Amino acid sequence: MSLSRRDFLKVGSATAAGVAVTGRGVDLAPVEAAATSLKIKEAKAFAGVCPYCAVGCGQLIYAKDGKIIDIEGNPDTPHTQGRLCPKGAATIELSNNPLRPTKALYRAAGSDKWEEKPLEWMYDEIAKRYYETREKHFIEREKDKDGKEITVNRLEAIASLGSACIDNEECYLLTKLNRTLGIVYHEHQARV
Amino acid sequence: MTTNLIDIQNSDVIMATSNMAENHPVGFQWVMKAKERGAKLIHVDPRFTRTSAAADIHVPLRSGTNIVFFGGLMNYAMDKDLYFKEYVVHYTNASFLIDPAFKTPTDLGGLFTGFDEAKQTYDRSSWKYQLDGEGNPKRDLTLKDPNSVFQLLKRHYSRYTLDMVEKVCGIPKAKFEEVAKLYCGTSGPDKTGAITYALNLTQHTNGVENIRSLCMLQLLLGNVGRPGGGVVALRGHANVQGATDLEVLYHELPGYLAMPLRDVHPDLKTYLDKETPKGGFWTNKPKFMVSLLKAFYGDAATKDNEFGYQWLPKRAKADAYSHQHMFVDMYNGVIKGFLADGQNPAVGGPNAKLARSAMQRLDWLVVVDIFLTETAEVWKAPGTNPKDVKTEVFFLPAAPAAEKDGSLTNTMRVIQWHERAVKPPGDVRSDADFFCILAHRLKKMYAGSKKDRDKGFLAANFKYGEKPDEPEMVEVLKEINGFATEEIKDKDGKVTYKKGQALNTFAHLTDDGATASGCWIYTGVTVEGADGKLVNKAASRKPADAKDYLGHGWGFAWPANRRIIYNRASADLQGKPWSEKKKLLWWDPEAPGNAPDKKGKWVGLDVPDFNAFLAPDAKGGDMPFIMRTDLVGAFFGPLVDGPFPEHYEPIESPTRNLLSKQQNNPVAKIWKVPDQKNDLAPLGSSEYPYVITTYRLTEHHLSGVMSRYLPMLAELFDSHFAEISHELAKELSIANGEMITVASPRGKIHVKAMVTHRLKPFVVNGKTVHQIGVPWHWGYNGIEGLPGSKGDITNDLSATVGDPTVYIQETKAFLCNVKKGVV
Repeated sequence: MSLSRRDFLKVGSATAAGVAVTGRGVDLAPVEAAATSLKIKEAKAFAGVCPYCAVGCGQLIYAKDGKIIDIEGNPDTPHTQGRLCPKGAATIELSNNPLRPTKALYRAAGSDKWEEKPLEWMYDEIAKRYYETREKHFIEREKDKDGKEITVNRLEAIASLGSACIDNEECYLLTKLNRTLGIVYHEHQARV
Repeated sequence: MTTNLIDIQNSDVIMATSNMAENHPVGFQWVMKAKERGAKLIHVDPRFTRTSAAADIHVPLRSGTNIVFFGGLMNYAMDKDLYFKEYVVHYTNASFLIDPAFKTPTDLGGLFTGFDEAKQTYDRSSWKYQLDGEGNPKRDLTLKDPNSVFQLLKRHYSRYTLDMVEKVCGIPKAKFEEVAKLYCGTSGPDKTGAITYALNLTQHTNGVENIRSLCMLQLLLGNVGRPGGGVVALRGHANVQGATDLEVLYHELPGYLAMPLRDVHPDLKTYLDKETPKGGFWTNKPKFMVSLLKAFYGDAATKDNEFGYQWLPKRAKADAYSHQHMFVDMYNGVIKGFLADGQNPAVGGPNAKLARSAMQRLDWLVVVDIFLTETAEVWKAPGTNPKDVKTEVFFLPAAPAAEKDGSLTNTMRVIQWHERAVKPPGDVRSDADFFCILAHRLKKMYAGSKKDRDKGFLAANFKYGEKPDEPEMVEVLKEINGFATEEIKDKDGKVTYKKGQALNTFAHLTDDGATASGCWIYTGVTVEGADGKLVNKAASRKPADAKDYLGHGWGFAWPANRRIIYNRASADLQGKPWSEKKKLLWWDPEAPGNAPDKKGKWVGLDVPDFNAFLAPDAKGGDMPFIMRTDLVGAFFGPLVDGPFPEHYEPIESPTRNLLSKQQNNPVAKIWKVPDQKNDLAPLGSSEYPYVITTYRLTEHHLSGVMSRYLPMLAELFDSHFAEISHELAKELSIANGEMITVASPRGKIHVKAMVTHRLKPFVVNGKTVHQIGVPWHWGYNGIEGLPGSKGDITNDLSATVGDPTVYIQETKAFLCNVKKGVV
């Protein structure tokens, strides 16, 4: 399902549009096109969507040997015409970034440091916290305003926040998980 | 948004009320394209920004006075007879008659009928239509009846005069008149105008009414559902639309279905009776709700157990569980454990100091994010001794979009699929993997449970594809879309859907359990192709062309791939375009109909937002607003704080309300928090004399998680700053670039002063009012050795107060003080 390589002249002209917008005086399109062509020569292009604002600029993500080597605007995108803003143009640094933590970390109560932990340990411990808190604080039945006892199956002791930064499928899974566990503090950035 | 960014090119006048050029720069190209065609751009903003630089008119208005601005425009349009009469008479509720007992703030000193002082709520029983003998609303198509919505509206906004706008908003009369003339000129068959908004309108204690006033102006000028018209909602996150549709929100279930309330919805039957209106498309709600329950609980959801309805949690009350409730309740010890997934409330939410204090009281905290956020390191917050924080913290590194498959819904409602280009490094996993892994572990722990309360969770499926802990996202999207839970046949016995087959349209959902759908509005995004394979329309990538400028082949827009909703309004009563210049959809009486012996169909440049075979002269064939019970656009729309937007001052304001004696929204939510965590500045405070508004920058992203750790972006600003006018700087002897202290009753921050001509003092009711602007992207984490990537938290200044309908905070207009130096 990955995209075919873009015609580099087309990519070049899209880049030129970007140049015009940023106000640089010299049209570097042919030079940039040649450079882009070399950089992505052996790479495979994947369909991307910019993860920053909600304009949702189409991107082309070029990867080679398991590493992203370039991300640029997809010129076919009807609502963006291949353009990206400064944030969209920096998307590659979300992946290729030495500051990015790649290990699971745990901070014990009262501690002043993180400890690296295996993922399996983390998952077990988090599941335990969910389980214990749910068991201790679950509200199964409650009186309504008329004093009649009804089933409410509600869990108020665990709250969930986020996210407008994750995919639709992830949002759905989170909603399904929280709601089937009884969680009612269930919010994301749209509220603020 | 009702429309589409591409379509802005067809506008004659664009009124940007947000800073679109800087916050949605790539979308702004369509405004520039419209300008190339000769369109005019008005920019309404307290600050002069890059949007103002591209505008024909920049209108600075004091933050928190939007309803006076829009109300003034409505008054101007009605007073000068500039509204689109035919559209208003037929496509809105302007002609409907209201209960004579209903009174507006014009008569009741700033209140609507029914205010209960003790409870701080409205009894809304008189806020209703007069009905005829058959239960239909009475109408007066001449709009002359004094109880008609139109006359009530006219009377209500007659107080919003040019003088009033000048005094309250600080907009000189001549400038406002210039704007009014230009924008009201977009009324009529040949012209359209679009209005953009973002958090500039929402973050107020009357946020919902702000947006309603914008929408009402658009209805009055006939600018909804037509090319170049519309309400352009510009959302800030890549998937804030999708996360809202899938309802990662306390008050609803996916697809905008109410989250059950204990005292209102004790069982499924009562829920459906109360929530299903008598008219409009929502009459189908039982099909959406039952299909959702089937998606959640699978085969365990049956007719005999209310499709598992009782397993859903029921809210104790409506006034609970929102973001702001969450942190107040966390501080008060109600919440013990907390998942922060892709959100950074230590920086990004209102009253961030309260949020951090609240999180420091948790038993445990799980943070899933790309970088180590201030929330993950809340135990390291300035002024905190880690020893005192007894919260266990679990941090799981998350994958950005480029490292996973999935879809994002943009601000135009277009669902776009993205592909995993590389595997995430090390122990990084997708959020989806984590949710499913957590579900599987919990299921193991609950496996032996015989308790009723655990049955729903045990029944819910979290396996998608071959590998349980690595769910296939397209399978999840198929569940969201909906599928047949059993073989479905038509009335002739022909199989229309095999068991498990993806549904083509939400029109095929049923309320008997034969279909499952995780979010009905998304139905149609995945369908079965002729070869029996699943087709993911979110992944379609056909460019737009001359025949299809709206780009229907690129992704999939909900609902039903419509790019401009309410598009019936693009044609007149007879189904003809209002003008050749503004055509979008029209009735073709000769086109093949929905049966071999029938003719007539709606055709044109978009997917009809209604029954494509419903003739304009058939019942309901001239009513465009199908999601409303009465099928028309609402000027009269009862929210909890009134059926017409009325101006009230922000909770913290430098001036008394000049419209009425009612200073603030009488039903606004104001939380009482212990330990002076939410003190408020009184009216006209001398200690906090300046208006402050918060905003964003092109080079940074929201709370900074996706920009302050990226050298390419973090280097672009030398430091956190506050914009102040030359006039204020002179009064306080502050030089450009000097450190200053900005303080509110909740906290203070130290930032650099950016002394600028982009902000000017306002003259409000004859007095000078200074306003400052402060971006809010900074926090105590960032890149070591790059001081500009870190800074004080602007939201330490803001308060825990909220709009009464949705509980959003008031960060666009509150009070502060500014002092020279670090004090």
